[in-house]
Amino acid sequence: MDIFTAIVQILDSTIRLSVPLLLACLAGLYSERAGVFDIGLEGKMLVGAFAGAAAASVFHSAFLGLGMAILISVVFALIHGFASITHRGNQIVSGVAINFIAAGSTIMLGQHWFQQGGRTPALAPGERFEAITWPGVDAVRDVPIIGPIYSELISGHSILVYIAFLMVPFTWWVLFRTRFGLRLRAVGENPAAVDTAGISVAWLRYRALICTGILTGVAGAYLSMVQNGGFVKDMTAGKGYIALAALIFAKWKPVNAMFACLLFGFLDALSIRLQGTPLPLIGKVPVQFMQALPYVLTVILLAGFIGKAIPPRAGGVPYVKER
Amino acid sequence: MAQAAIELIGINKSFGAVRANRDINLEIVRGTIHGIVGENGAGKSTLMSILYGFYQADSGEIRVGGQPASIKTPNDAIALGIGMVHQHFMLVDNFSVLENVILGAESDALLKKSIAKARSELERLEREYGLEVDPDAIIEELPVGLQQRVEILKALYRGAEILILDEPTGVLTPAEADHLFRILKQLKEQGKTVVLITHKLREIMAITDTVSVMRQGTMVATRETKKTTVEELAELMVGRRVLLRVEKGEAEAGGVKLAVKNLTVKDSRGVTMVDDVSFDLRAGEIVGIAGVAGNGQSELLEAISGIRHAVSGSVMLDGRPIDLTGKADPGELRDRGLAHVPEDRHHVGLVLAFEENENSILGYHDDPRYLKGPLLNIEAIRNDAKDKITKYDIRPADCRLKTANFSGGNQQKIVLAREMEQDPGVLIVGQPTRGVDVGAIEFIHKRLIAMRDQGKAVLVVSVELDEIRSLSDRILVMFAGRIVGERGPEATEGELGLLMAGVEQREAAE
Repeated sequence: MDIFTAIVQILDSTIRLSVPLLLACLAGLYSERAGVFDIGLEGKMLVGAFAGAAAASVFHSAFLGLGMAILISVVFALIHGFASITHRGNQIVSGVAINFIAAGSTIMLGQHWFQQGGRTPALAPGERFEAITWPGVDAVRDVPIIGPIYSELISGHSILVYIAFLMVPFTWWVLFRTRFGLRLRAVGENPAAVDTAGISVAWLRYRALICTGILTGVAGAYLSMVQNGGFVKDMTAGKGYIALAALIFAKWKPVNAMFACLLFGFLDALSIRLQGTPLPLIGKVPVQFMQALPYVLTVILLAGFIGKAIPPRAGGVPYVKER
Repeated sequence: MAQAAIELIGINKSFGAVRANRDINLEIVRGTIHGIVGENGAGKSTLMSILYGFYQADSGEIRVGGQPASIKTPNDAIALGIGMVHQHFMLVDNFSVLENVILGAESDALLKKSIAKARSELERLEREYGLEVDPDAIIEELPVGLQQRVEILKALYRGAEILILDEPTGVLTPAEADHLFRILKQLKEQGKTVVLITHKLREIMAITDTVSVMRQGTMVATRETKKTTVEELAELMVGRRVLLRVEKGEAEAGGVKLAVKNLTVKDSRGVTMVDDVSFDLRAGEIVGIAGVAGNGQSELLEAISGIRHAVSGSVMLDGRPIDLTGKADPGELRDRGLAHVPEDRHHVGLVLAFEENENSILGYHDDPRYLKGPLLNIEAIRNDAKDKITKYDIRPADCRLKTANFSGGNQQKIVLAREMEQDPGVLIVGQPTRGVDVGAIEFIHKRLIAMRDQGKAVLVVSVELDEIRSLSDRILVMFAGRIVGERGPEATEGELGLLMAGVEQREAAE
């Protein structure tokens, strides 16, 4: 039973750790499927995290915080759009710039407003998203196997966790079952076809980026208002890049994205769990090695195990009408 | 009194220093088929793109049905009942036919309803105009002829009253072209107006009611088709007399350069595309492979040039086998004297974002002639490109220009110049004059025959039966992946047409 409990605990933290990855990954999916590469997921999450925690602590409302996180993140997404869609700038450069602006401005504004070394004040209970306890948890808690799974894995997460996982079928539905999704996928493959069909390529790509902004906003809010009780500088810690890796790993498909993010989340959870725990045969493994494990595996997976990942054909290329 | 469907008055359009359209006036009568002919770069496509709202004219007026119209986007054009079939198809390659048809014209925010509606509408259009195509097929798996049907269906689905076709037969076989013409005639009978942009004079004579000729951005003449001749139109287009059929002497075939034996190729779905094909290609002869597009010619060409995996069989180049696993090193094949002009110059033959001079050595860039130690010898490359530009009359004559800015015919000349000037022993050419104008066709044909006369082996795959007959010393006809017959150049079009349609030789003789 001990091992079982440990497994449930690891899976539980897998879910928690994969949520920001999943939201960011789906965010990237919208923009990349529309043909706009977005290396600025990291930055948008970071401003979202900061705006969310700051607004929540000032207005004492978790939902206002979430709203502000989404708003600011969308603004940054639109800046990326302005540079790379309207002005046909290089999408990678624009994304990197956004990451820098996000890293610098959050610390600067945080220090200016709250004087806590770039942090936001610790969030009080009503200012963050609390875990939701599902009905009947206490009744089944002691039932073997099903009990812990229900009470630990399924119940007891914040609303944002459920939203993140519901976004998977929702995103699939949007992409493959709606007019907007058809056009979005088309514009990522052949924008000229979209243009000649009488649809504005720019406006379509902007809308895709707005979707990206909303999701990175939620991802940021999750980091600062669920996982942590406030904003800490550089708290995204490369999650935006891991999400991009997961996106490629998932071949730009929503359901694959979920499994990819769960895998990365699992590696992360495992590395935390195994820190300081001596392994059989190997003995005690340095903490740094365990922390590096998810990243090492990312490189290995991306290098050799995903087969042929075909990105959207018009990805990264600003649309210019050709003669 | 005949009413004008479209009037263009004083249209001007410049791209930078290039004046693509100068003071164009044109009136197209409702319910007619109007041809616009001109060489590549004469400004035909630009003019029609202005009409379709893809570009804005710098000055001038457009009237549709007698009313002044402001066409700022393709949407405006679609709303006015103007549909366009582009030369380079505007299709999303990994979407299904249905998805492509409804894109931008979805009847509902949810796809299910839009697709259901489009499916029944498509069935109706298919019946009415004989435009059969599997609505669930993925575009990239369809041969180009069918892809074009999808483009026409797209326009009709949007309720086009005026249909503009830009070089529609460039990719079609005679049979497909005839089918297209029947469709166009049906459209005309129903009161629709068809504008046909082409440089093929035969088509103009066969199908149009009136024809306008463009040269270097100006409209030089408009004629009633009945009252003009091919010779007159050709002269108006080019500004000089042109030979429509190239003279050539007897072939002096030498030893076998390329031997194809029992070659079988399957596509990604496992469908047999090339079925047990054997033939020899000798030095000093041109062998033409005729066939309706999609009967395995493309796959055969790709397998021989080492870029497509063959399931079985062998190809010997000068007595040594070519790697048919699809992993052959094209550089090695080049070194062995096999040059390949691919059918699809946009995707395979050129890097459109490169400068002309870069494309003109692409694949031969490690030749010592173009190198200075480990570095590229830019000066040598540019001089070499300039020579080719002069020799092949590539226009504009600017080796620093981005390749995307050349017209289709000139892009083709860039590829041909690159491959032919390497003096290969075997030259494999797919669709040598697709999208190329009359003057240039004459030139390319002369070059191919000159290569033959130098003792090179030339394999030509073309869907242009005229081209095959005028060039080839031997004609192989492909149908459903097999070579169904071999004929001499004296074979009639009708005889070859029957073979291409899969009618057995014996039946054909009777």
